[in-house]
Amino acid sequence: MAQRRTAWTRLTTPFANIPASTATTLALAMWIAVIGGWALLSYGRVVPNMFLPTPGTVLQTAYRMSLDGSLFYHTFTSAKVVILGFVVSSLIAVPLGLWMGTYRAVQAPLEPLVNFIRYLPVTSFVPLFILWIGIGIEQRIAVIFFGTFFQQLVMISDCARSVSRDLVNASYTLGTKRSEAVWHVIFPAALPAILDTLRVTMGWAWTYLVVAELVAASSGLGYISLKAMRGFQVDVIFMAIAAIGLLGLITDTAFRILRARVAPWAP
Amino acid sequence: MGALIMNASSQTAAGSRVVVTETVKANNPAATADPAGDRLSAGTTMAIEDVTLRYGDANGVLALDDVSLQVAKNEFCVIVGPSGCGKSSLLYLAAGLNDATSGSIKVDGREVIEPGPDRGMVFQSYTLFPWLTVRANIEYGPKRKGLPAEQRKRIVDQYLNEVGLAPFADHYPAQLSGGMKQRVAIARALANDPAVLLMDEPFGALDSQTRGTMQKLLLRVWERQQKTVLFVTHDIDEALVLGDRVLVMTARPGKIKAEIKVDIPRPRSMDVILEPDFIALKRRILGLLHDEIDEDH
Repeated sequence: MAQRRTAWTRLTTPFANIPASTATTLALAMWIAVIGGWALLSYGRVVPNMFLPTPGTVLQTAYRMSLDGSLFYHTFTSAKVVILGFVVSSLIAVPLGLWMGTYRAVQAPLEPLVNFIRYLPVTSFVPLFILWIGIGIEQRIAVIFFGTFFQQLVMISDCARSVSRDLVNASYTLGTKRSEAVWHVIFPAALPAILDTLRVTMGWAWTYLVVAELVAASSGLGYISLKAMRGFQVDVIFMAIAAIGLLGLITDTAFRILRARVAPWAP
Repeated sequence: MGALIMNASSQTAAGSRVVVTETVKANNPAATADPAGDRLSAGTTMAIEDVTLRYGDANGVLALDDVSLQVAKNEFCVIVGPSGCGKSSLLYLAAGLNDATSGSIKVDGREVIEPGPDRGMVFQSYTLFPWLTVRANIEYGPKRKGLPAEQRKRIVDQYLNEVGLAPFADHYPAQLSGGMKQRVAIARALANDPAVLLMDEPFGALDSQTRGTMQKLLLRVWERQQKTVLFVTHDIDEALVLGDRVLVMTARPGKIKAEIKVDIPRPRSMDVILEPDFIALKRRILGLLHDEIDEDH
């Protein structure tokens, strides 16, 4: 029976598991294809190096900027902005979203307003934030906050609302008071979904970083990209993009580890 | 001793349908004594009086129409009825999870106005807290009550053993089979020492073999713990294997149509379903239910 399933059948069966080694090989192959394609286009001069730097040049730039400490400095500034904006946003969105999903009386006034603000482009608020808050780090944090908070609120409210009614009912028959249900039952039941929401919105926070830094900043990965554009330093732009991507990958992995730690019971 | 139960049934006679009170005496010489007699003499635990439930406004669907019933202390009372007849709704009302449109429900003389740990409930869906281990799930009620840790541990260990899940104490619900989950749910409800245990088709989602095992386990636990149980099911075999008394409900709007006293001696084995007394009772209930289903179409 088992022998009749060839490796090929396995790979083409919907939802079938594949060996971990195959998965790793496929992931590596993808990266090799992307970087290989890039190398081909740049070293082969298909695209002029003024627009597409070679992988080697980007690595050299990264090395050079690591040595003088500027890469670390700009990365640190950017990470600080993203993490502060994200943490402030999450600290308010998680409890408020839980209440919103639990109590219709909180949802009714908030939801129409939140859904209105949620669709406003963050970029359109940047001039306003500069007028109100200035051009310091607070302005950039405000952009990240504004970009993530309202999305988080709606998603976390949905996490809370999709907790099984019978789970809450069961807790009542075991002595839980109505006022306790939100923290004793709904919060832990929704926790894995909330952590998934935070992981996804963390990605969005990184994407708003460049918006925040393009306009008013004197340091950060977005800022050096903008400066590099003026000086035609495409290699620096590429390096900054790669750095943001790597940081995103690291925070994403951190969230996966955190979820496995905090909610080991959830699949 | 049966007088108390007969009395209860006469209260349900209100309404257009005929109430049938049926008592089949076991012919088996080993079972001449009324098995529920002494046990049920201790009084009434739950009294449901003239309960009506209508969803929405005055023109809404009438789910329950003037239902009255009493459950004696330590009695195992089963409600059977066609699906959608409101039998689960009645249980939710008894738990205090929903409000009746009119009528009253009393447990140990106290009016039910909200849910509480004196009315433990086992649901058809799996309602274990997935973030707690088996042990912590059972401990949840005693913890809410504020019992000291030592006493909680004693209670949890007792019920873990009672449902045979001591080796799984540190597992999470996701690691258990459906039958095991419902065993924990029973243990969790019993750990609060409720006045009445409400069971809403707790074995409905299980395969038939597991269901048989669970019925046997429930009977064993119930016989040892001496609990009052109100059990809802649509499975006639299950009703007769478990119950002291079976109440048959009509199709929507739900009313009590008949009360059938199950005079089959205890302890009952699963083979009881092959005995003539059992089959006679089953035929009777099937007839009552078929009338309901025919009236529907």
